Amino acid sequence: MKSRSARFAIYRKKAGAVLIAVQIAVTLAILSNALGLIVDRLSWSARLTGIDEANIFFIYATSVDKPPSAAALQSSDLAALHSTPGVANAYATNAFPLEGGGWSMTADLQADQKTPSAHISYYFGDEQALDTLGVKLVAGRNFTASEILDRDGRTAPPATPIIVTRALAQRLFPGGDALGKPLYTETQDPSPIIGIIDRLQGPFVAATGFMSTFTENSVLAPFRLLSDSQTYVVRTNPGKLSEVLKAAQKGLEGINGTRIISARSMAEIRARAYRSNRGLTLLLGAVAFILVAVTAFGMAGLSSYWVTERRRQIGIRRALGASRRAILRLFQKENFLIALSGVLVGILLAIALNIWLIGRFEMARLNPAYVIGSGIAMLLLGQISVLLPAMRAARVPPALAIRGSQIRLTA
Amino acid sequence: MLGYYLDLALRSLRRNPVLTGLMITAIAFGIGTSMTSLSVSRAMSGDPIPEKSQQLFRVQIDSWGPERRGERNEDGLDENLSYIDAMALKNLHAAQRQTPIYSAYLIARPQDPKLKPIGLIVPAVDSDFFPMFDAPFKFGGPWSRADDQEGTPVVVISRKLNDQFFAGTNSVGQALRLDGVSYRVVGVLDRWPLVPRIYNLHIRPYGEIDEIFIPFTRAIKAQAPSTSGMSCNETTDASFEARLRSECLWIQLWVELPAAADVAKYRTVLNNYAADQQRAGRFHWPPHTQIRDVMQWLEYRHIVPNELGLLVLASFGFLFVCLMNAMGLMLARIIGRTQDLSVRRALGASRTAIMGQCLVETTVIGVLGAIIGLLLTILGLLAMRAALADDFAALTYLNAKTIGIEVSLAIAATIGAGLYPTWRAAHVEPALQLKAE
Repeated sequence: MKSRSARFAIYRKKAGAVLIAVQIAVTLAILSNALGLIVDRLSWSARLTGIDEANIFFIYATSVDKPPSAAALQSSDLAALHSTPGVANAYATNAFPLEGGGWSMTADLQADQKTPSAHISYYFGDEQALDTLGVKLVAGRNFTASEILDRDGRTAPPATPIIVTRALAQRLFPGGDALGKPLYTETQDPSPIIGIIDRLQGPFVAATGFMSTFTENSVLAPFRLLSDSQTYVVRTNPGKLSEVLKAAQKGLEGINGTRIISARSMAEIRARAYRSNRGLTLLLGAVAFILVAVTAFGMAGLSSYWVTERRRQIGIRRALGASRRAILRLFQKENFLIALSGVLVGILLAIALNIWLIGRFEMARLNPAYVIGSGIAMLLLGQISVLLPAMRAARVPPALAIRGSQIRLTA
Repeated sequence: MLGYYLDLALRSLRRNPVLTGLMITAIAFGIGTSMTSLSVSRAMSGDPIPEKSQQLFRVQIDSWGPERRGERNEDGLDENLSYIDAMALKNLHAAQRQTPIYSAYLIARPQDPKLKPIGLIVPAVDSDFFPMFDAPFKFGGPWSRADDQEGTPVVVISRKLNDQFFAGTNSVGQALRLDGVSYRVVGVLDRWPLVPRIYNLHIRPYGEIDEIFIPFTRAIKAQAPSTSGMSCNETTDASFEARLRSECLWIQLWVELPAAADVAKYRTVLNNYAADQQRAGRFHWPPHTQIRDVMQWLEYRHIVPNELGLLVLASFGFLFVCLMNAMGLMLARIIGRTQDLSVRRALGASRTAIMGQCLVETTVIGVLGAIIGLLLTILGLLAMRAALADDFAALTYLNAKTIGIEVSLAIAATIGAGLYPTWRAAHVEPALQLKAE
């Protein structure tokens, strides 16, 4: 009996009910797909680089006038950095994780391969690099001081021993026997793998596309890059970063005041690297959130109108013996049925939208949990938004039924 | 008549301020949110130079052969050319205008010794670059072809730098010291809304225009290192002179081809060039070349983030939901006002008159919603600018035209959403309603 009356009410308010159901369907389709992308991007931008991010900063030092000896200048810079109070370790590099640009190349298992075995990010560093970065050596050994070669960027380098990340080692040698194996990178001669580190991300930042395919494939080569633009990696003792950063910058300025010197903490680099992506993700999240809110207000608004319009009918029901609870239920049930039909259509719409997005924007497959979760959320939202109007309906006194025709005007 | 309807509309809207407020809020939020993201996406995926985007082409040529390694693009071509090919193609003069480009790194040393020198990324271009990309000049103009030839130390600076260094005055003829050499200012650019910065997509494609432009030949003479990427098929370690002779790819070449016939002709010239290289024994493969216009280039480079697609979709969906919402509320209003309408009908108002009255009401709601929505858009864009900082500085270059189109769309959509409720209102039966009460 009760369910028949609910259906009757929906039939009477056909247009309004369809409007609500359509809103729910569209909201659900967008919400579940947006959630998928937001979660995906947030976890992407939260990935760790593998280095001791909290205590690391970088200093760039660019010479305006050509120094008499780049090697001597680098040595005195490093000496100054090492003697700065609070500095745990430092080394000179060509690039660092999340910098945005750096060196990439191919790595092969054989000398004259036509298609590369892997793409890699290529880092330079001396025997202090691993300790400075705070990356863990999981197999093999570190570089020794005698293996470090000067590299001036003008003459071709020889093959050197290399240290690779675990991800690259596993990719190239699935058997787990990467250590000691040769790899062909920049030269025709093989570079033996002497060490494997736990994790070290490349300098490039990309969520999709070619550049995103080799983020974890990094190789460290024992070079000391001598260039007019030097980059130093500095690790500080815990909790000292900002003061040490300033002191270190001063120290380098003391060596040669005409240079352009700037420093950035890893935290800053990370924030910069993911900023535009985060901004778009946030905007998408905001749109999805306001969308849900507007749908909820819409349901509340329309329910509230139905209550006002049906006050007399409710009064009659009450006079005929319907309890307050029954009136409340009537509205809740009505909303549930409308919302449910919207959710069912919405699930189909969400899947269709996802298929289209996968084809067009390299989107990931939709996690069913997001669709179901969003569906349940929409049903709950419907119940919440109908609650106040329904409670107002339940308060309609039975006497209204006999008070005549003035009801509509008081609406 | 319209005045009377307007009066009626305002009265009826005032009679139910809560419902009116809800409707206007729904529309305002719909417009505000969708316009914010649509504006961002239009700016990001839009045409940076609508009048000429089909006439400007980026030239690509395969100088590494099919067995190339580390390729990034689906068609096996690299974005850039080697210095050898860029210069050879330029010297063919097969296009109306053409410019090689690379981003040079230069150090600017202020006159005042107390001020610190700063490192700058400076696009090195030919004088053709400015007319090609419709660069607007505030003072002066591009340098001459002779300057291109000689590599004269001259610069074109941005309006922003001119404000900063020369207090916004006409600085043509003034000097600027870069890398220890005095450069003469020949032109000052005006505001230049080129978004994305098609000639330099490597560094902050949505950022502000570059501050200094120097002649390409000058940058080569000064041996200014490139910051826009360098791909080499052997070692990258070489002197600047050796790099000019190498097969390293680091120079963009843009050409202007106004008509379809020019495009076809240029394709032939390009292919003939590659064939000549094959005959000369430099290329061991058949010609593999391509030219892409501005929009094709943006598509090819995939610079528009994937999130944007979903964002635009979500915005459209959002506007749709808001309009549905407003429509539901309008319907509710009509139902609530049947009494009122039936009295008007009984007093002799025609269906058309009722429809007119409802349409005016809807329009009033639409316009109010659009105005508030516009304010919300401005807030939204300011928030976006704060969140994205100078990576997307150029997104604030939103023109009145874009906003105008979007606002009129919003009002039209509101009226569209009001049609069904209006139709319902017009069909209220006068006699029946009076009888019922």
